[in-house]
Amino acid sequence: MYLQNKLENKISLFNKIKKLDGILLVCIVLIGVISLATMYSTDGGRILFHTKSHFLKFVIFTSLMLVISFLNIRFWFSIGYLSYLIILAMLIWTIHFGITASGSQRWIDLYFINIQPSELMKICIILCLAKFFHRKRLENVNSLYSVIISLVVIFLPMSLVIIQPDLGTSLLISISGILVLWFAGLNHKYFFYSFLISVISLPFIISFLKPYQKLRVLTFLNPDRDPLGAGYQIIQSKIAVGSGGIFGKGFLKGTQSYLEFLPEKHTDFIFTLFSEEFGFFGSVFLLIIYSIMIYRIIKIGVISRSYFAKLFCYSFGTSMFVYIIINMSMVLGLLPIVGSPLPIMSYGGSSMLATMLGLGIVMSAKIHSDQSIA
Amino acid sequence: MINQSDNVVKLNSINRRMFILAIAKITILGGIVSRLFFLQIKENKKYLTLSDKNRIREWKLPPVRGDFQDYFGNIIAGNFEAYQLHLIPEQVDNFKYTINRIKNILELSNKEFQKILKRKNEIKPWETLIVADNLNWENFSKINNNLYDLNGVKPIISISRNYPYKGNYTHILGYVSQANENDILSSEIIKEKFVQGLKVGKTGLEKSFEHNLIGTNSIERYEVNAYGRRVSQLAFQEGDKGKTVKLTVDTKIQKLANELLIDQAGSICVMDIFTGHIIAMHSSPSFDPNAFVFGISQDEWQLIRNNPMKPLINKSISGNYSPGSTIKPIVALSALENGIVNPNFTVHCRGHKHPLELYGQTYHCWKKEGHGYVNMKEAMKQSCDSYFYEVARRLGVDKLSETAKKFGLGKKVFNDLFGNEKNGLVPNTEWKKNVIGRNWLLGETIITGIGQGYIQTTPIQLCLMTAQIANGGHKIYPKLVIDDNLSFENDKFISLVNSKKHIKFIQEAMFSSTNEIRGTSYKSRIDDPKYQFAGKTGTAQVKRITDRDRELDLKTSEIPYEERDHALYVAFGPYKNPRYALSILIEHGGSGGSNAAPLAKKLFKEIVDRHEIRKNFETKKYLNI
Repeated sequence: MYLQNKLENKISLFNKIKKLDGILLVCIVLIGVISLATMYSTDGGRILFHTKSHFLKFVIFTSLMLVISFLNIRFWFSIGYLSYLIILAMLIWTIHFGITASGSQRWIDLYFINIQPSELMKICIILCLAKFFHRKRLENVNSLYSVIISLVVIFLPMSLVIIQPDLGTSLLISISGILVLWFAGLNHKYFFYSFLISVISLPFIISFLKPYQKLRVLTFLNPDRDPLGAGYQIIQSKIAVGSGGIFGKGFLKGTQSYLEFLPEKHTDFIFTLFSEEFGFFGSVFLLIIYSIMIYRIIKIGVISRSYFAKLFCYSFGTSMFVYIIINMSMVLGLLPIVGSPLPIMSYGGSSMLATMLGLGIVMSAKIHSDQSIA
Repeated sequence: MINQSDNVVKLNSINRRMFILAIAKITILGGIVSRLFFLQIKENKKYLTLSDKNRIREWKLPPVRGDFQDYFGNIIAGNFEAYQLHLIPEQVDNFKYTINRIKNILELSNKEFQKILKRKNEIKPWETLIVADNLNWENFSKINNNLYDLNGVKPIISISRNYPYKGNYTHILGYVSQANENDILSSEIIKEKFVQGLKVGKTGLEKSFEHNLIGTNSIERYEVNAYGRRVSQLAFQEGDKGKTVKLTVDTKIQKLANELLIDQAGSICVMDIFTGHIIAMHSSPSFDPNAFVFGISQDEWQLIRNNPMKPLINKSISGNYSPGSTIKPIVALSALENGIVNPNFTVHCRGHKHPLELYGQTYHCWKKEGHGYVNMKEAMKQSCDSYFYEVARRLGVDKLSETAKKFGLGKKVFNDLFGNEKNGLVPNTEWKKNVIGRNWLLGETIITGIGQGYIQTTPIQLCLMTAQIANGGHKIYPKLVIDDNLSFENDKFISLVNSKKHIKFIQEAMFSSTNEIRGTSYKSRIDDPKYQFAGKTGTAQVKRITDRDRELDLKTSEIPYEERDHALYVAFGPYKNPRYALSILIEHGGSGGSNAAPLAKKLFKEIVDRHEIRKNFETKKYLNI
């Protein structure tokens, strides 16, 4: 039986390519193309820095994703804890030696690239917790020991990111972690109670927020209280989306972005620009591609034999969904503004790297779906 | 295998939870789509408007101001093309070099140069800096010749206010100048049309007719970016020129009035006694309103402001003067109307040695030797004060004030047309009680009878009074502006007197004063019946005459300027068929007979000559319609 396993483990490269998930790949490339076109528009219809850089990153990281997907899923299982610890160390490094930009210390200089460890943590926390729960029996999942361990695993990176300060990413990290707990079968009542506690403690949390964060919450509740100041972003963003209409203003014709009314149009607000130029249909089209992508990720989870792969795919797929929804809700004025990029679309190397890393692992799970992990 | 069954349980659990979340995801996705639907389809119009509001900005340009025309359609306040120099700092490669080049070409003083630099710092780099607002042709062409060296400098021809007759109409029209904060706050229409460089009326009719004159802004529509920088011009919408305001005045006569009063302080008013049209209204000294259009220099302003002859005051309507003897026709008329005396009533004027004495006060006639026995006609003709002391004493101030008010004294002639018109003052016993808080004294009635004391009139009121005497005692409604919409509808025909005989008598008395020997203005008469006029002189004291003064009996030129009497004259003509009335006032001009009346002679010649032209113009106008 062991031998048989061993034999199965060896899949030829040709077979691996054949087993690549085509639909998922098409979705990724499609989103990549859309994001490049949008980036081209943010550069005012010229190929400037952002477009070039985004193109380069997309090509490099997509290739990286393919390489990752050919690695056995067992490899990812084996480095689950290690990768978490490395990124955690990087986060600690960031606090002391990180690069500061626009008021927060998020990046570390790796000489050839500046990297944002907090983005990578979104993936590694899933890897780590998936490995942790892979071997847990269901009845042990709710034991005090495992609950405490998993909470520590979540809280450590979360607090390290919060002090950068980067509330948005730390929220996304903890959501990723909590999602793993949910899929691992943690008792419903924990979620229910912690939800209750967080609602009750919300006012206290708000009192601990930094002034600019408080301002964001207040602005979200009423953007018109300071239309040229704190409310500017959200008002302009809504104007851009709203004025797009059914079919949009047309490629390269988004006046809001072209005339520089849109803030942060390369990164968090990129959907706004896209939506202004391509309208309701364009936005729904993009949403459909994202939905297919997430559907494929979860589908891969369903067909995976190993519990680890399942847990990873479900958690990662759902996290992706959450990232997309939070970003869109933010630009559509449904949520306060927290820094959260739109996967693949937004400009930013670390975010792209993290997304591609996750997708690579999902691809690997697809290729090695028959593999079981002891 | 325990492991196996546990795995199955775990897989069931994870799949069940995935299913729950999948449903949640679909719901949330639906939420996002419906939000998109709401923003992009349902509220699309609203956000589209907001987006246009964001990107489209309108630039208003100053509107072209409407003209003022005189009766014959001559433009008395129009527009001219001012040569200006504009510069957009952002478009200039080397601002320092360029501005110094301009300084050398235009030979600007350091003070002016600093002013430009200061203005430059106040505006955004893409806004227009007006370097010079009114260049002469020579400098303008010099700039144009050097344009190759002045990158980003724009020579512009801009429309600005122009008063072709300079000081002639200053007090009627007022002047325009840069709109300031007060103008914007006090007028909605200025607020609405305000742009940098907008000029608005500051005084006179320019101010009163701001609404008609201002016109509508031309609008340039630009696409701008988030920082307000113009990206491209989208549209240009031409504004309308302001409406033309037609006046009743005759420039020829107005000009003459200007010439007659040159170097003197005073006023001339000429009025049509039937239509109430103001033919001329001038206050002297005047000043050139063109100086205010681009902002007057401090030195020039101080010169005007500190001039002792007070050029800033429109003496015709805001100068309160004692009417002096010009009130006598009203005193006589009031006495006749009230049946106090008849024209044959006689008083013995015995000169300075035997003045009228009342409660220890003495009241002198102006004539040292006295007039002897005078009846009413003779008293008017020679302006005998003693006679009118007695008439006023018998008449009483209340009856007198009633008649005076009826004839337009003590009340604004133009209602609210001018902001600075004065009421004048026609006192009576009730007024004194209410305002001063003392009882009326008989002595005050007596001096009111010769137009001294509390009584105050403006020259235009005296002109109106004379006009209403001349037209046989009918109320008229003075007009300065021809309004085609409401010509004479509001003018009710009201007779101001009970008996035509009385008014006829007053007219005859005024005739004799000018045209009979010993009349006070006999020297200024015109014998030709075509021009012959009737009038009444007046000499208003500005200070009380003491016994010492009376003894000295100085000539006018020997008295200090501020203490000299005001010279007045009111008249109407031609006597046979009256049509025009006038009032002349010369501040500190000495006696009315020798200084004011001669001007009337010159005026009536011109007025009567112009009458034919005016009449023909009117009939032609109606024929054209």
